[in-house]
Amino acid sequence: MSMDTSLIFHIAAFGLILIGSAGIVLSTHLVRIIFGIALLEAGANLLLLLATYREGSSAPIIVDGQIPAVMADPVPQALVLTAIVIGVGILALALSLALRVQRAYGTLDLREIRQRLEQDIADEAGIELPSSIDAPQAVVKRQEGRA
Amino acid sequence: MRRISSALFLLGLGLLIAMIFQTMEFGSVAPLVGQAINATAAEQVGAANFVTSVVLGYRGFDTLLELTILFTAATAGGLVLGKPRAGAVRDPDSGFILRAGADLFFPLLLVVGLYIILHGHLTPGGGFQGGVILAAAFFIPILARPGTSMDHRLVSIIEGLAGAGFILIGLLAMLGGGDFLTPLLDTGELGALLSAGSLPLLYIAVGLKVGSELAGLLAQLSETEASD
Repeated sequence: MSMDTSLIFHIAAFGLILIGSAGIVLSTHLVRIIFGIALLEAGANLLLLLATYREGSSAPIIVDGQIPAVMADPVPQALVLTAIVIGVGILALALSLALRVQRAYGTLDLREIRQRLEQDIADEAGIELPSSIDAPQAVVKRQEGRA
Repeated sequence: MRRISSALFLLGLGLLIAMIFQTMEFGSVAPLVGQAINATAAEQVGAANFVTSVVLGYRGFDTLLELTILFTAATAGGLVLGKPRAGAVRDPDSGFILRAGADLFFPLLLVVGLYIILHGHLTPGGGFQGGVILAAAFFIPILARPGTSMDHRLVSIIEGLAGAGFILIGLLAMLGGGDFLTPLLDTGELGALLSAGSLPLLYIAVGLKVGSELAGLLAQLSETEASD
């Protein structure tokens, strides 16, 4: 692997981290946020592997008793193995939570979920949803209609 | 407002990454721990795959905690999803191609998964990778025939036995006067199937645990989806 290839992999790792972060902060759909987390994880794993990459090194495995001249560092590889497994666990847990949200509110849009949540909390507490007197008439009417 | 602050955050993150990018050296990092492990692992642990030596030999306790995290995630997932309703409508069986493919793939995936688990100390692979393939072997038939359900009791028994086996091997090492999870038995000949002491046994335990955990979790996810 030449210098240029290494550079491309680094750009890919940082790009994945950036795209994943963008997905998390810009998206309002729960499943897209979870996919953003998965992309971010992939970028972080790639970066961890590249952090100890050396030119011309081969996999740290002895085949037929022949020891390669330059071997890659096995420690980050083992760490990434751990990270991938934990990532799968997080993904499964996040998706099952999203499933429950979908079942409870019928939507995965964060803005709508937040509105419904605030309405539920206000109903439970027996108070009106706080709103500004300058709020647009449509919003006030919608809130009154719900209460 | 939220959009603007998000965009600002991303801009800052991009700048930070660009700064780190400029100070990095590509492909010429000085090796520290890795080189020492590469030099001594073949003699100390006896596994031809040094990544396995690190995962199970030098930091076996970390692997046990990693399994605990996976177990916690799977348990929490099961807790959140809950049991499917009694009279829930299930998806109908899928088409002929998927059903025939599932039947064909089941033995194939089983063999490949077990091969990868058993050769984890010799070739790339091991308990985690093979375990995922085993989970796929048991999950694809459920995709093909959503009406059949997995025996969750059996799955959790296998999972518990595998986890107990891992800890038991670690405790046996303590009986001999060593530390928890010190590799046991003779290291054997480098590169042979029966080598690296107790590492293959540990990887079999890991493979069974990961496979049963993932298969159970996937089956539960699909059952819950169908019950709505």
